[in-house]
Amino acid sequence: MNDIVSGLTQAVRLIATLDANLVEISLRSLQVTLSATVIASALGLPLGAWLAVSRFRLRRVVIATLNALMGLPPVVVGLIVYVMLSRSGPLGVLGLLFTPTAMIIAQVIIITPIIASIAHQAIRELWADYHDLLISLHTTRAQRVATLLWDSRRALLTASLAGFGRAIGEVGAIMIVGGNIDHATRVLTTAIALETAKGDFAMALALGFVLIGLALAINLALHVLSGTERGSRW
Amino acid sequence: MIARLISSLLLVLLLATPLRAEMLRMAVTTSFANSGLADILLPEIARDTGIELQLLIVGTGQALRLGAAGDVDAVLVHSREAEEAFIAQGHATHRREIMYNDFIIVGPRHDPAHVAGAGSAAEAFARIARAGAPFVSRGDDSGTHRAELSIWSRAGVTPSGAWYRATGQGMGAALNTASGMGAYILTDRASWLNFSNRADLVLLVQGDPALFNQYAFLPVNPARHPHVRAQEAALVEAWLTGPRARELIDGYRLHGQQLFHFNATPMVTK
Repeated sequence: MNDIVSGLTQAVRLIATLDANLVEISLRSLQVTLSATVIASALGLPLGAWLAVSRFRLRRVVIATLNALMGLPPVVVGLIVYVMLSRSGPLGVLGLLFTPTAMIIAQVIIITPIIASIAHQAIRELWADYHDLLISLHTTRAQRVATLLWDSRRALLTASLAGFGRAIGEVGAIMIVGGNIDHATRVLTTAIALETAKGDFAMALALGFVLIGLALAINLALHVLSGTERGSRW
Repeated sequence: MIARLISSLLLVLLLATPLRAEMLRMAVTTSFANSGLADILLPEIARDTGIELQLLIVGTGQALRLGAAGDVDAVLVHSREAEEAFIAQGHATHRREIMYNDFIIVGPRHDPAHVAGAGSAAEAFARIARAGAPFVSRGDDSGTHRAELSIWSRAGVTPSGAWYRATGQGMGAALNTASGMGAYILTDRASWLNFSNRADLVLLVQGDPALFNQYAFLPVNPARHPHVRAQEAALVEAWLTGPRARELIDGYRLHGQQLFHFNATPMVTK
């Protein structure tokens, strides 16, 4: 209990003094996770829409696989990306291991199935409503996907935010592929793991509170900017 | 609206990738980093040599694996046998001793196995085994874990049973576990002095020569991995064995105690 109180006071102090280290690792957390979220959305949202409007033999298997991949263990993803990017691995020549790029790659793999699955759910319902209209207009499949993506954009924002939420709090994969290097790949979650290892629970909790606050702020900001949940509209 | 949001976000992210100066990636043991010594040395190395050191904080076993894979340019570790095997396999050209500190045995204040009076580390371990008192092991193939295993073999005990708890974690996490369970644990002095969550744990055994802990620097063999920054590694090695390093390492105090003792020789032992 004492640790929680001193963690809270420490968090307030760090934020009030704009602690240079805190600002640096928070910005890096945002850079990595927002990049991963944008890339994963660019892959996952069209994939979800395409799965909703297409009918092919293995569709059910693909959707079930996608749903299962939502629970992909980050540690395993980290390990696989690590082995691929290691100098002794197949992609070693790129020299990407222990860089923010490696962390983004790992997070994209983790959250793309989440974003695609939620997008698929949302778009499937809309497709049921739009089906006759879009067919009778002789739209191409690409046009249908584009229309459905645009008209369900608010639900898709939720899909992307779910991916963001998973990625910003993730530590297992980025610890392995990023290495938690000070001033290079240290982010909020890996810094929390480090402070916990040092037995400095107050500092670890302070960083934890900052992380939660940051996730809240990003979610609020995106909702405000995209105009969801306005008072004048039900 | 959303499209504009995403495109401006992408722009910011692309611009945010920084350019970096000369750097050297080095895998170091947890004790070196968690002791706070790294925070003292890194800025000085950057100032004197212009090299930015990037530290990967891992156990000795993992540090050597990173070196063998060519994922780091150099390692700073503390397990002589493992280091010599590393050189014999051609992963490094040589090892350079930099400094030493010591291991200590800590345990619960009421000391159920009565190790406080033990003359040696091996005797202390034997008493812990006889009493069946909880003991937390790193169990992660780190330098500290190897040192612990060599003390067990010296004590003539093969540790196993419910009292012997291998965590497979770093020094800090293992200390957290020991303080949570009121268990005995072998730790390096630096990690102990820097550890804040001690609860009921106190220092019980120290000073046995078997507890000596030598740190050495090993640059990764550029013949094996042409991409490693051998030049920077040589510069950092020269700095770490030089007079400025001696002054800073010997002068580093935590809670009034000297943590590391510089013992590098200035000439290169190839």
